[in-house]
Amino acid sequence: MAVMTYAGTDVDVDAEGFLTDASQWNEGVAAEIARAEGIGELTDRHWLVIGVMRREFEEKGAGPAVRALAKVSGVGIAELYQLFPKGPAKEAAKIAGIPKPRGCI
Amino acid sequence: MPKRIVVLGGGTGGTIAANRLRRSLAEEDVDVVVVDRDDDHVYQPGLLFVPFGMSTPSRLVRPRARQLLPGVRFVRSAVDAVDLQAGSVALDDGSTLGYDVLVVASGASLLPGETEGLTGGGWRRSVHTFYDLEGAAALAGAMARFDGGELVVNVADMPIKCPVAPLEFSFLADWWFRRRRVRDRVHLTFVTPLDGAFTKAVCNRELSGLLAAKGVDVVTEFNTGTVDADAGRLVSYDGREVPFDLAVVVPLHGGAPYVGRSPGLGDPLGFVPTDPVTLQARSHPDVFVIGDATDLAASKAGSVAHFEGEVVAHNVARHLQGRPLDAAFDGHANCFIESGFGKALLIDFNDEVEPVPGHFPGPVGLPLLRESRLNHLGKLAFEQLYWHVLLPGRSIPGVPSRMPRSGKLLAVAAAGGEAGRSGAGGR
Repeated sequence: MAVMTYAGTDVDVDAEGFLTDASQWNEGVAAEIARAEGIGELTDRHWLVIGVMRREFEEKGAGPAVRALAKVSGVGIAELYQLFPKGPAKEAAKIAGIPKPRGCI
Repeated sequence: MPKRIVVLGGGTGGTIAANRLRRSLAEEDVDVVVVDRDDDHVYQPGLLFVPFGMSTPSRLVRPRARQLLPGVRFVRSAVDAVDLQAGSVALDDGSTLGYDVLVVASGASLLPGETEGLTGGGWRRSVHTFYDLEGAAALAGAMARFDGGELVVNVADMPIKCPVAPLEFSFLADWWFRRRRVRDRVHLTFVTPLDGAFTKAVCNRELSGLLAAKGVDVVTEFNTGTVDADAGRLVSYDGREVPFDLAVVVPLHGGAPYVGRSPGLGDPLGFVPTDPVTLQARSHPDVFVIGDATDLAASKAGSVAHFEGEVVAHNVARHLQGRPLDAAFDGHANCFIESGFGKALLIDFNDEVEPVPGHFPGPVGLPLLRESRLNHLGKLAFEQLYWHVLLPGRSIPGVPSRMPRSGKLLAVAAAGGEAGRSGAGGR
């Protein structure tokens, strides 16, 4: 656990930089995490995906994995990887201020 | 007028649920109806052995209806959709089946068409799967002809049925090529979307060690975007490539197609959101879910459906009586992991306790998380148990639905896997 400051907002993050309290998030925080991740300026397509991540987290308590994210957002998997090159489920979750999605077995 | 329980799916979970319900509820009180689109019940654990000539498709199939106890009605039809508000199921033959309780047991579907190139020109030639009968049989031919080059075992993405099966295939492939004395000409690679061979720490270390010992390379966090059979390569969504001469791919999985056509029933992948403890569907109190059809984190495996069976049957009966649900599922799973050379490992775990060493189901039982000939014999013997004990909805003597803790070295998991394994084990 650590505290990071993004766009003047203090947020609690885990060892990998995921927010541990989604309510501390705001759009300024998202924009700055995106820059730190090397994504640069967030486009409308990014924001669409971020909105879906937060809505899914609110409804289901967890962010969706890539396939479900593609189906719910209407953004194809290939485009999701263009938007979030290091892995859409993980990177979009980090920028959306929700916990890292867990793979299940 | 008797109440009616409709079970959608006559596979492992549906057959177990229907037979347990039939035994516990009187025929004058409750009708039990099982619906399936065909009459072919496949012993799915046997598919793994077909590519290696250790089993045959015809041996793995029996009529679904014959696995149901007298007093269970079998309706052969595909399902069009479920109407949760009306409490009815529309069948493909145009008829409608009303229910007092619905048990969704329609498993997972393979979706090879959803991965670009997978079912293209290389399908059944250089690109195969062993997750269905036709695929396993075709792969048997390809394996017999293969005597050198790149063999890649790839999981397109999670979730899949029997998450250890691709690992078992890799272990068996090593054994098979050694037996044929061509192993030095075959390069084996295991390509997974996960960040390790298995998600749980102790088991991951054991299985990763086995892969390394058998000379199987591992590529992790690989989400398969394209199967390019012409160029002989898998391409991930983030642009990495793995070359192959023969690709054994576990396709994407989704729920049964009718789930997507039934408003409110499923999630975006067609699995049914389910309470992990009571196994009641989140969409409607009259609906219960068993087996691969759920959206639970528990493995999609026959053992899970078996352990869920007792909980579903109990809670469905309680619900029909208007009483609160009380049976509780703990995520119990139990899998033999075939490792070649006549040996296998056994893992036993639940939502709380990861696979650890020790013995199962108690201190003098089968060795856990360790290669042993006993476990291999256990895996072979399981085929008869499946038809004659599991499907009739009986419990295996000494194997409870809830995961036994006795015999397990739980300290190994508590220590983050650092404690190692004590010699005798089993305390």
